[in-house]
Amino acid sequence: MIINCTSATKLRLFRPLVEAKKPPSLILAAYFSLLMLIELTDQPIDVAATIAAVEAEGAGAVNTFIGTVRNQSTGRPVVRLHYEAYDAMAVHQMRLVAKQAQEKWPMLQKIAIVHRKGTLEIGYVAVVVAVSTPHRAESFAACQFIIDTLKKVVPIWKKEEFEDGQVWVAAHP
Amino acid sequence: MKLKLSLFGITKEIVGSSELELTAPDTQSVAGLMEQLRTDYPKLRDLTSCAVAVNSEYAADDYQLHERDEIALIPPVSGG
Repeated sequence: MIINCTSATKLRLFRPLVEAKKPPSLILAAYFSLLMLIELTDQPIDVAATIAAVEAEGAGAVNTFIGTVRNQSTGRPVVRLHYEAYDAMAVHQMRLVAKQAQEKWPMLQKIAIVHRKGTLEIGYVAVVVAVSTPHRAESFAACQFIIDTLKKVVPIWKKEEFEDGQVWVAAHP
Repeated sequence: MKLKLSLFGITKEIVGSSELELTAPDTQSVAGLMEQLRTDYPKLRDLTSCAVAVNSEYAADDYQLHERDEIALIPPVSGG
């Protein structure tokens, strides 16, 4: 079946990942080099710009992970999330994760890691990881390594807001 | 010596402030500092874990703290 849909219909069918009106980006802490873009912001993440940041002539693959705010946590409806960060250390640790990835996959062309903090509604983008490599297999592996390691070591905390209370994720056993 | 700590997430709520100044013995390790804090704030004992960062690096238990160190408590992280 072919569905002809206008852009207005598309907006109803697909939740936009980035809020429509985007204020100028405010970077709280960042590290840039020719091969690396590391950023912590309290503004909406520009996903397209983050992906564009890893474009490289030697790349045959660009792999992206976009972490978004889910509407439930182990079956319990989540209203929104509140992210907090230790800004300077978060950027430092994100940079260390990117350096580890470069050591594991020396063919990595470029890496971008952008994390947002503050209050995020359902569907909002919380984190974007983008990598470019000559071939696709390493791009999948490096992208997964970066997001998995980020979640273990980068000092960013999220608090889930429910209808009847708030909980810091993973704080208690 | 006087130590200044930055607090985030659940530790900020337990202590009730984003910064904490305390007096520690002149030789105090990371493990010793945590024991001192757990005595003052018993709810820290309920956490899954609590690391200490010194100058943006995770510090080992036996690291000896200095007065000018930038110290932070790092409860279980949950970014992403």
